[in-house]
Amino acid sequence: MLSFFKYAADWLIYGQLGFDPASRLGQAINFFVEDTAKIFFLLIVMIYLIALVRISLPVERVRGYLAGKHRLVGYFLGSVFGAITPFCSCSSIPVFLGFISAGIPVGMTMAFLLTSPLINEIAVVLLLSLVGWKITLLYVLIGLSVGIVGGLFLDAIKAERLLQGFARKVYEQGQHAQIEAGEKKRVTLQDRHVFAKRELTEVFGRIWIWVIIGVGLGAALHGFMPDNWFEAHLGAGQWWSVPVATLIGIPLYSNATAVIPVMESLIVKGLPLGTTLAFCMSTVAASFPEFVMLKQVMQWRLLVIVFLMLLIAFTIVGWVLNALY
Amino acid sequence: MRLEVLGTGCAKCKTLYENTQKALAISGTEAELVKVEDIATIMKYGVMSTPALVKDGTVLFSGRLATAEEIAGMLR
Repeated sequence: MLSFFKYAADWLIYGQLGFDPASRLGQAINFFVEDTAKIFFLLIVMIYLIALVRISLPVERVRGYLAGKHRLVGYFLGSVFGAITPFCSCSSIPVFLGFISAGIPVGMTMAFLLTSPLINEIAVVLLLSLVGWKITLLYVLIGLSVGIVGGLFLDAIKAERLLQGFARKVYEQGQHAQIEAGEKKRVTLQDRHVFAKRELTEVFGRIWIWVIIGVGLGAALHGFMPDNWFEAHLGAGQWWSVPVATLIGIPLYSNATAVIPVMESLIVKGLPLGTTLAFCMSTVAASFPEFVMLKQVMQWRLLVIVFLMLLIAFTIVGWVLNALY
Repeated sequence: MRLEVLGTGCAKCKTLYENTQKALAISGTEAELVKVEDIATIMKYGVMSTPALVKDGTVLFSGRLATAEEIAGMLR
């Protein structure tokens, strides 16, 4: 179905506007038109559809599901819920405190908080339309695993000791808390539509410009950078290229929407898959403002541990994938 | 009436505050409007997703924005 956009772009750019399909400029413009149209279409459909469902799953209910779950099940569920319930990053602190006040372990809470930015409908739509379902699936599975393993690790080192004083008190009181799953409210079809429409305008209004910038950059790379440039210049097997990619990704946090379209071009130009994914994940998940916000509930030591844990995890993922592919 | 906008200072929370101000103007209601950024107070209301609007100690809604007209409707 998505090949429609390819035909449409070919028809418009090569047929109607008369660009030469063999020219670099023609290819770059064609790439830009096809990808922007395709991504906008998919984003509009997906954001709307997901919002229709998500209205039934507020964080209050997620907390109800997670409270009192066996640990191993909990880490898995925490990650999965994190993937499907995005929340405004400014809600991180209330969500964190809300979870631990219900006696949910710090690691399980962090599994939720870490996967949430890593796997969201925007990243998934972009990956799907640009790099295909196999890499998207891989990305989602890795994202879930990072959340689960990260959560297990944080509980293994007893991360609750490194919370700020008041947050620790909340945690300790939470050990005896009885939390009822949030009451089920009846949601009409009309409510769903209103909510989804609002989500769509809000999210789309925020990210459309980044899609254009990202795809524009990708198109420029696509048209003007020789194929396999990276293989020629970096060599496919440079071990240090993965940690470097991870580090470069950190300051790009706010522009995840712009980074994924560039990724596609990087893969085509011969950047190894593992390096590219490590770069992408650190762009999406390791964001400084988010971490500074968590400072309100965590001591510096714990913040540094979480941050390093993410960087190490992404680097290992990159190495393993490079070795496999 | 006492209205509280709960939020840790993100863009959405500021918008909700402005919309609530407009709602008061539209409906001609007299109310005390405050912005609550203190996390302990926010937690006391059991709110986990901000922004949220509280009227006289009751949470009207949380985790979303509302238009001025919508809020005006709730205040009536």
